[in-house]
This record gives sequence, C-alpha cells and structure tokens, in this order.
Amino acid sequence: MTAVETSHADDAEAPPTRARTGARLSEWVALYSMSVLAALLLSAILVEATGGDWRPVVSALLDGSVRRPGRWGETLATAAPLLIVALGTVISSKAGLVNIGQEGQLYVGAAIATYFGFLIGGPGPVNVVLILVIGTAGGAFWAGLAAGLRYWRGVPEVLSTLLLVTIGGQAVAYGLRWEWLLLAPEGRRGNRNQVSEQLPQDNRLPRPDLLGNEIPLTVFIAVILAVIVAFALSRTVWGFRLRTLGHNARAAARSGVSEARYGATALMLSGAFAGLAGAAMLTGGGFAFGNYQMVSGFAANIGWTGLLVALVAYEKPLAAIPVAVVFAGLRTGSSFVGSTGVEARITDVISGLLVLALLIPAAVMFLRDRRRARAAATERV
Amino acid sequence: MNSELGDVGTNETNSSVPAVALTGITKRFGTVVACDNVDLALRRGRIHGLLGENGAGKSTLMKMLIGLVLPDAGVIAIDGTNQSIHDPLTASALGIGMVHQHFSLVDALTVWENVALGDAGRLDPKATRDRISEIAEQYGLRINPDRRVGDLTAGLRQRVEIIKCLRRDPSIVIFDEPTSVLTPEESEQLFESLRHVVAAEGRAVVLVSHKLDEVRHATDDITIMRRGRVVDQRRSVDADATTLARAMVGREVTLRSERAALGMQRLAGGDDAAVRADSQSADTGSAADPRSETPDAPTAEPVLRIESATAHDASGVATLDEFSLEMHPGEIVGVAGVEGNGQRALGDLLSSLLKLSSGAVTVDGKPVPTGRSGAMARAGIGVIPEDRHDSGLVLEMTVAENLVLVEVSRASKRGLIDKKRVNVFAQEMIEQFNIACTGPSAPMWSVSGGNQQRVVLARELSQQPKILVAAQPTRGLDVGAVEYMSHRLQAAAASGVAVLLISSELEEILELSHRIIVMHSGRVVAELPRADADIETLGLLMGGATASSTGGAAK
Repeated sequence: MTAVETSHADDAEAPPTRARTGARLSEWVALYSMSVLAALLLSAILVEATGGDWRPVVSALLDGSVRRPGRWGETLATAAPLLIVALGTVISSKAGLVNIGQEGQLYVGAAIATYFGFLIGGPGPVNVVLILVIGTAGGAFWAGLAAGLRYWRGVPEVLSTLLLVTIGGQAVAYGLRWEWLLLAPEGRRGNRNQVSEQLPQDNRLPRPDLLGNEIPLTVFIAVILAVIVAFALSRTVWGFRLRTLGHNARAAARSGVSEARYGATALMLSGAFAGLAGAAMLTGGGFAFGNYQMVSGFAANIGWTGLLVALVAYEKPLAAIPVAVVFAGLRTGSSFVGSTGVEARITDVISGLLVLALLIPAAVMFLRDRRRARAAATERV
Repeated sequence: MNSELGDVGTNETNSSVPAVALTGITKRFGTVVACDNVDLALRRGRIHGLLGENGAGKSTLMKMLIGLVLPDAGVIAIDGTNQSIHDPLTASALGIGMVHQHFSLVDALTVWENVALGDAGRLDPKATRDRISEIAEQYGLRINPDRRVGDLTAGLRQRVEIIKCLRRDPSIVIFDEPTSVLTPEESEQLFESLRHVVAAEGRAVVLVSHKLDEVRHATDDITIMRRGRVVDQRRSVDADATTLARAMVGREVTLRSERAALGMQRLAGGDDAAVRADSQSADTGSAADPRSETPDAPTAEPVLRIESATAHDASGVATLDEFSLEMHPGEIVGVAGVEGNGQRALGDLLSSLLKLSSGAVTVDGKPVPTGRSGAMARAGIGVIPEDRHDSGLVLEMTVAENLVLVEVSRASKRGLIDKKRVNVFAQEMIEQFNIACTGPSAPMWSVSGGNQQRVVLARELSQQPKILVAAQPTRGLDVGAVEYMSHRLQAAAASGVAVLLISSELEEILELSHRIIVMHSGRVVAELPRADADIETLGLLMGGATASSTGGAAK
C-alpha cells in the first residue's frame, strides 16, 4: 500500500512531528551529564586500577583548563582555532560535502603563510593581516585541489581531502628541510632542525590581558566569524542555495544552483577557514602552537578536533562556540594530568574517553531520530 | 463463459472448503487501521478481484497472506487448516505465491538465469529452460529463455515474473496491480493467461487492482475494500460499474476525472452504456472539457520548441532519439507511452537536469542551454516532476522554504532573504492551494503526500510559467486530489499556459489533452488530435506499432 487514507495519515504523522523536533534542551543536558559522568567514572576506575589516585587527576584537569592563573585564557586561545576549523566544516557539510582534510589544509595554509610572511616582511600590523589572508588563501588552495578533482574528475572529496592531509604533511616537511623555503638559517634555529624562523615581535597578534589571562585576538575573530557564518547560512540567498544543494542536489540543479560552483565554493571556503585557523595559530597562538614559528607537527590535531567540534555541534555555527571551548578545556586540562604521576598513556586514554563522552549524546540523538523517522515511514507504508 | 470455467475448477477439488479463508483479520499501524475485521474466502478455480482505492488495505491484506506482515488479530485457514504465516518461506511452503507490482528482476541476466535465481544447489540450465518452455506452453506465456531481461518490454518482464512464480507450482497466486505498467493490449493478454492458470489445475487467483473495468472483466468474484473494511462482496456477473464505483469510493461518482482514476473507461465494452451516458452528461456541464474548447493554437507562435533532441544514458542507450515537439500557449499536450520510453528524460530535459548530445530547446524563440542548472526555470518552464522527492521538494527544509525554492531571489533584497515576505507568501499559498500543514515553518517531511504535491503545484504555478510540465501528476493520489490536480491543470491552460502532460494513464491523457503525442523508445511515433484518439489506437502506438500500421486514426 503506497499511502494510507490521507486524513488518517495526517493523524498518524502529527504526534512524531512534535516529538522529533523536540530534542529538548533538558534531554541534551541529561545526556551530556550522563555520558561525561560515565567517562569520569571509567577514568577514575582506570586510574585506581593502575595504582593511582583519581582525586588529583580531576583536580589537575580543572587546574589545567580553568583554575590555575592564566589557564582559562589558554583554553580560549586553544578554542579559537578549533572554532574556526569547525565553522569551515559546517559550511562544507551544509553543502552535502564531507571534508575531512582540515588538518592538512590548516598545516599547508600556515606553512604558505609563514613562507610569504618572511618573504614580504612588511611593517608589523600590515604583515600580520597579510599572513592571515595568505594562510586563508593557502587553505583554500589545498581544499581547492580536492574540489577540482571532485567536479572535473568525479573523485569523492572524502578520499581526496583525507589523502591530501598526508601529502600536505610531506610537502611541509620538505619545506622545513631547505633554507630557501621554510627552514630557519643556521644559528637561528638553536639546536633544532625542521623549524622556521620565529615571527618578529611586531608580526604577532596582540594578546591583551584580561583578569590575569592573555586573550589572543584570534578569540574575537573566531566568535565574530561564527556569527557571520550563522547569519550567512540562515538568512542569505547564498546560504539558502547551499542548504538546498546539500539536501537535494537535483532539486537544487533544477532551481538554478550549479552544483559545481556552489559545491566547489563550499569546499574551498571550508579549506580557507582551516587555513585561517593555521595562520591564527601562527600569529596569535603563543607557546601552545609552535611558539610563532612553523615546526614539524605544527597542526597538532587542531584540524581533526575541529572536525569533531562541528560534528558534536550538530553543524550549528553558534553551538560550535561552547563545544569548541569544552574540547579546548579538555586539551589544556589533560596537559596538567601528567604532573600527577599518572602514567602518560593513561592520560591519553582519559582524554580519549572524555572526547567519546562528548560525541555519544549526538550519536544517541541521531540514532533515535533515525529510528523515529523509520517508524514513521513504515507506519505510512 | 466465466462461470463455465469456474465450474471446471470447482469440480476438480472439494468446493465446500475454500483454498484460503481469512476470518476477522485486523491490522493496525499506529493509529491507522489498515485492515479492520476482514473476512475473505478464495476458492479454487476462480479468479477473485480485490478492489479498492489507494490505501484501502488491499496490499496489507495480501502481505499478511504471504507472511510479510503479521496480523494483529484474525485467523488464516489454508484448505481448511488454520495456519500462522509468519514469514514468506512458510507462505511458499503452503503454496502461496505472489507476483509483485514492482519487478524484482536482474537486467543483466537472461530470462532463465532470472528464473533460476534464488534456487539452492547447482544450476541446471537445461532443466530450467525446459521448465520455462513447459510453463510457457501450458499458460500461453511464450518467451525466449535466452533473452537478456534488460532488453525486454514491461509486458515480457512481467511474464518472467509470472513464470518465476508459477515454476514453484503455487496453488494460490496473488497478482498485485499487474497492469500498472502494461499497455491495454498487454493487459488483455495477461488476463487470458490468468484464465489458463486458473482453469488448468484449479488454482485460486487473487487480482489486486483499483481499476474497475479490469476487475469486472477478468474475475469471477469481487471483494471491495474501503478504509480497511470489506464493503461489498459479489459475483462479477452481478456487478455493474456504477455500483462498484459507489462502493469503492463511498459516494456517487460523477466526475470524469474520478472515473478516469478508477479506470472505468478502460477495456470499454457495450455494457458500459449506463456509465457512458452519465459521463456524457457530466461533460456537457463541465466548461473545461477539452473537446468543446480546443484553442485555435496552431495560429499562434509556438511558445516551446524542442528540435531533434537526442540524449544518451550512462550506458550509451538513447533516452531521447530525435525527439521534436512544438507547443502553443493555452494547449494541453498529452505525452502517452509505456513507462521507460523516454518520458523521464523529457521531464529531466525541461528541468535543466539533462544535457542533450544534439538538438535544441527554444522558449519564445530564444534558445535555452540544456543541462545548465536553472536555465529552464528561468526561461519560464515550471515542472511538476514525476517523483516529487527526486527533484521537486527538499524534505528537510520547511514548507515556506520549499515554496520559494526556485525563485528565492524574488523574496530577497541584496542577497538577504526577507523572512517576513517569505512567510506572508507561504501563508497565502497555503490558503490558496489548501495545503494541510501546521504552518509555513512545518518541515516538509511532516506533510502528507497529497499535500506535498500541492506545495509543488503552488510553487510552480505561482511563478507564472509560460510552460508547465506535469509528469505523472496524479500518481499515488486519491480521488479527491486527482480531481483537484486536473482542475488546476485545465485552469492553467485556460489562462494561456502551455501544459505538457506526461502520463502513463491513458484515461488521464484522453481526459485532459487537446493534442496527444505517443512516445516509444525516445521518439515521437505518432501525433494526433484528441478527437482522433481512443484507447485502442493509443495502446497499439504505445506498444511500438507505427502510425501507418494502425490505419487512418493516427496520421
């Protein structure tokens, strides 16, 4: 049977409508508390089982993320690039694309920005802006390769963006071996190899002091971008068309949305945000991110984690703000856990468990929605 | 003659015990009662018609018989023994087989390979081929077992499905809407073989359908369902079309479009006189009857011209082959044809979704690039697509967003969407087109199928198109919605829109069109004015007969 009597079907569909859209705040809060508590409990058991004491571990997590002087500034400084990466991811996801190469786009963007920053070397403030712009362009370029492959050759962007992470990593590593590219000249790289020169003092983003915490300018940039992206997606014709494309490519094509144009733009924007995040880490990141210079492993998983932030935020730009802060807090907090004498591997497991705890509520909600959608669908059959 | 054949069957087996006896069968899906205390008896040697509108509960009832759905209450007895059929395997062990509405064949395999598919153990090509010829001989289902299924017509594919089913020697066979993809000619052939199936070995056959005439002519007994209940049961010889229609719809049927939806003009015979008479009287009252109001179209410049359009699918098969068409303002052109003969490609072409390898499309004398997103919509072509979920709607977006999908820039200023204007417009459309939803911000998926179709219709008409393409616009809709859609299309044409009606329902085409073209293998095989068209001629042409071989009717 294709359709139940229309009037009946309406009756049957009405109740799930309410329930499904009503993934209410209280449910979310309950789910998050439950899964985070479960993760903490598991962590505590793990620490106790390996001969440690769980109390100092929790205390260290809090110390590292917010309690110690200057730490919440550090957490916000980490949240900024996470948020910027997540915003880019939201844009490509809305267009129905799966960009999972942020780590590479960020790395390559930052490396290109470093190269041109030293090459041009203009007056301080101008050069900072230039570095940010070039980083953005660099990330867009790296994602643009994937976009080109997708729309001219039909290569799935899931594959190309992922593989370009590896290629990008190798390319930057190559650059860090040669002085004419990125490597700092002899005598200015200390006893390290594979590092670029440090940005001069006037080439760094200001870090104004707030209640004893240094808040880099990147934090404000990230929040402003979140508002802009939220607005662009929900209120502009461009955002409307992007969403149409993401949900139904054929309906979009019929109504005048060119898949290649909008899709490529979205993918490159996504890369641009990752590249901007890289440049922001370079010019404003401080000690946590390479200390104003390009080093091997500069990206430091910010690209991957930013992708997770977008997922957990359910592809909502404004929701990504608190999520980015929570993920950043986990990162800065777990850097203190090592000092409690708990084995380093256990620390990794604990932060892994906490990341999982943050992902589970979204997954539960997704599964529940799908089950309800299926139930509604079979009811109609 | 029917009763004679019936008697032959019943003489062979014990006529007092029905092959299948359903008693008090009830099935609920949530708050919807699909089957409500249904009693049904199928006897050997007889064809039993199960008649009802979409959603009347026919398919659910049959699915319970073959174990795809479990009843909530009631008893199923096979040959007098109570059985619980909890899966299709049990059903098949009990000798119950079903020929499904949608084919489940593998195109790349040959006929005998498809028939053997699903067998356990080693393949025995020779035995399978022999069995096919045996069945073919016995039931008049001739087919070449070595043909590739992908090359067969819909009628022949169905033959393969039937052979697949009969090979297991079921004693009870269910046919679910078997004629929906067939030409009238193929339908006749099918019913003839059905007779053989029943007469030969005293099988019991169920024919599920929503087409009145078909059921009346091909069956011995009829059960009519409405809203999950059995509302009438009688012998076919005692049934007349008007009573059946009333029982099925639950009220008097007068409108032509309703008759068309019920298939009452198919296989028209002399005994339809009563139906025809009052259908004529309904006609004279209707101002929008195509035959009384044919526009003087040919004098005006064509608004749409498709010249020698040719396109190929991924495997290189031509979907459109030198297809040409001219349309004038205010006329309704019907495109008849068996499904899969290029209608979909034609719809895609006019939806900017298909790029031609050669040929051209011009609107109002201006060429429109093919396959460029939005080009056709900008040129003034509105489309009600064949599958509204495919390119008509975005289910994840709201009703309001779907209503402005194509022309969102009209409701915006400098790239910013004016939400207020969108909502006001949406509210207007919801009222004007009677769209049942909780409001402009209701998600599209929460709206029922008929109302989703109204959203598409509202959007496409609100853009004041020069040309409106309606592809299978009434598929899956109930009678009321069919009637509404027909009126809207006629009104659009009356206001000067050129309407291209692509449909596999001949009745719909005959009812609405001023001019009819017949598509076969991506080509126009015939073009004829409405006055010269009738079911038989169209049927022959759809089957691929050339215009000259059908005589004078289609020049």
